[in-house]
Amino acid sequence: MKADKTLDCVGLYCPMPIVKTSEKFKELKPGEILEVIADDKGIKKDMPAWCQTTGHECLGIEEEDGEIKVYVKKTH
Amino acid sequence: MAGEKDKLTIVMFSGDLDHALAGFTLATTAASMGMEVSMFFTYWGLNIIKKNEGKIRSKGLMRKMLNFMNRGGSKRLKLSRFNMFGLGTWMMKKLMKDVNYPSLDEMVAMAQEMGVKLVPCSTTCSVMGISEEDAFREHIASLAGAAFFLNEARESKITLFI
Repeated sequence: MKADKTLDCVGLYCPMPIVKTSEKFKELKPGEILEVIADDKGIKKDMPAWCQTTGHECLGIEEEDGEIKVYVKKTH
Repeated sequence: MAGEKDKLTIVMFSGDLDHALAGFTLATTAASMGMEVSMFFTYWGLNIIKKNEGKIRSKGLMRKMLNFMNRGGSKRLKLSRFNMFGLGTWMMKKLMKDVNYPSLDEMVAMAQEMGVKLVPCSTTCSVMGISEEDAFREHIASLAGAAFFLNEARESKITLFI
């Protein structure tokens, strides 16, 4: 999936990937997609939950060799 | 009747390092989810937001003794279990540092930057002789009592006691 910006959260644990995502989102315009790369498995549940609360859209989660890529679209 | 807001209110009663970390983990996450967060510090929880450096003045021998034994400050907190005269706490801090987990001090600063409101309890401050002026770290809200907390809790969707 093609993203407008990337956020590297490898080596970071809950709550840091979510906290950093929300900070990074301030730099994005509505409609843009952020790719978050992490290795903390919690993000697979946490990011969809964060999206549900904030109203942004979780487009998909890819996992390869323990590296998790999450794509989040800024909706507003 | 107050309506429910997307708001989290936490009572921080414990002054243990692990409890404090759990509280601030939830507070910073909630703030990043766009929720309004207030944390109300009472009893031993006040130790979390006491300043780390300098002296804390108080009046009267018993209060002086209490504040000497119960100095507090985010860097002095101990684990609720396996402290083992500081060895367990030291090990836990080392393990956390090894995986780049933020320290409690950094978590508190992060929460403050994100707009989390930190409120010390007025009654416990008076009883324990903790003065609002010189005991706490910077940017702490002014003292408040139980009614303030209950009013915050009443309009919160989530209220926790840690």
